[in-house]
Amino acid sequence: MFAVAVAAILITMSLALARAALGPTVFDRILALNMFGTKTVLLIAVFGFLTRRPHFLDLALLYTLINFIGAIAVLRFSRYGHFGDSELEQRIP
Amino acid sequence: MSLLVDVISGACIVAGSFFAVVGGIGILRLPDFYSRLHGGGITDTMGAGLILVGLMFHAGLTLVTVKLVMILFLLFVTSPTSCHALASSALAHGVRPLDPRRRDGH
Repeated sequence: MFAVAVAAILITMSLALARAALGPTVFDRILALNMFGTKTVLLIAVFGFLTRRPHFLDLALLYTLINFIGAIAVLRFSRYGHFGDSELEQRIP
Repeated sequence: MSLLVDVISGACIVAGSFFAVVGGIGILRLPDFYSRLHGGGITDTMGAGLILVGLMFHAGLTLVTVKLVMILFLLFVTSPTSCHALASSALAHGVRPLDPRRRDGH
């Protein structure tokens, strides 16, 4: 049952990676990366249960927080249209 | 009692895996960006939620369940937020939804 979940999560991660490689717009790539991060959290949690060592959940919690930083980066992207590095390039000649 | 909990946990995990794979197929196969957003959202809510609830049933009332509840809460707060921000950002930057009534589709 845990092995089924791990296989399903790995299939979903590869499909999301395919969309991130194909994606016509940058928004498709961001969506695929967001989904990949969520699936990473799930994979770590289920893998901890599969090997009977649920202490891996601390790592999953850490990855959730990294996802939160990613969500804030997406919010910044939606506000300004870029991640802020183009301003830096303009400032430095 | 233990058998019942095991059955509930296994059903939740298998259903969550099913939703995750369906969302993955959706994100690859659906025609335009906004429908792909729906495919991504269903894995974040139904897939992640059902798998984590199944793990909670398997773990019982321990510290592990507390950590799982924290992971589920953070995922449920951040993932729809970033989905909504992504949709509004795409609309603001000129990605048009697919319209089947028009001949060119946009």
